[in-house]
Amino acid sequence: MAEERRLDGNAIGGVMIELFGVEMTTVPGSCGNCGAHEQMAETDVYLDAPGIVVRCRHCQNVLIRIVRGNGRTWLDLSGLSSLELPL
Amino acid sequence: MPQISRGFHGRRSEASSDRLPPGQHLVDDFPVLSAGPTPHTPLAEWTFTIEGGAEPASWTWEEFQALPSEEITTDIHCVTKWSKLDTAWRGVSLDTLLALVEHDADYLLAFCDGGYTTNLPLEHVTDGKAWIAYDYDGEPLEPEHGGPARMLVPHLYFWKSAKWIRGFRLQDEDEPGFWESNGYHILGDPWLEQRYWGD
Repeated sequence: MAEERRLDGNAIGGVMIELFGVEMTTVPGSCGNCGAHEQMAETDVYLDAPGIVVRCRHCQNVLIRIVRGNGRTWLDLSGLSSLELPL
Repeated sequence: MPQISRGFHGRRSEASSDRLPPGQHLVDDFPVLSAGPTPHTPLAEWTFTIEGGAEPASWTWEEFQALPSEEITTDIHCVTKWSKLDTAWRGVSLDTLLALVEHDADYLLAFCDGGYTTNLPLEHVTDGKAWIAYDYDGEPLEPEHGGPARMLVPHLYFWKSAKWIRGFRLQDEDEPGFWESNGYHILGDPWLEQRYWGD
């Protein structure tokens, strides 16, 4: 069932380090739809789609889409209104 | 027993090889791919809507079931590289639906419960190429496989066969959908291995 397919943001910790170069699971982000402010670990993640889909735990808005193929990564962050990255 | 096993696999491999697009492998099960939680829209609240025509068209579940339907047996190919042969469906042809709507569009954008979208040229969904399917293997389509109804466009990668479909919008432009706007190919022909942008 779908609920069993739902993981949390820790499931893509490694992928996020590859993309951003820093530990991301503790990074706070804001949902561009409902405004919820949560660490990236506190998101819903679906890995068994054609790409990786990260959703807001509060409103199910798609925060991040990651597609990897042919030596490239496509990264869509348009569902986030902010990410609070460490310096 | 070993001889029987080898013979079985050999015949199957030979028979199916010309039905397997490049880079694909066969599966016997039916993998479930989901980009979000499975919607459970009650049939009493389900409608199917075509927007973008001269007049909006909409059907309730009962009205949709009363439309002429077809049985389809076809191979399906997922961009994650599995293919499944001889899947059996029942659904309403897009030829039937589009004949009921006055329009001059060239494309559609399918929309679904859960927010998923996918784009298709009308030339790839007409002349017996696409259906809105609601039965699989003689049973109502299960929610995890897209029930109560999903798009079925078997000649393209299966992300085009949108689960939980609720309608489509007829358009003049080919507007990229959920995956097509972030890396996946605008059309997705498995025989041409059109997986990603630039393929």
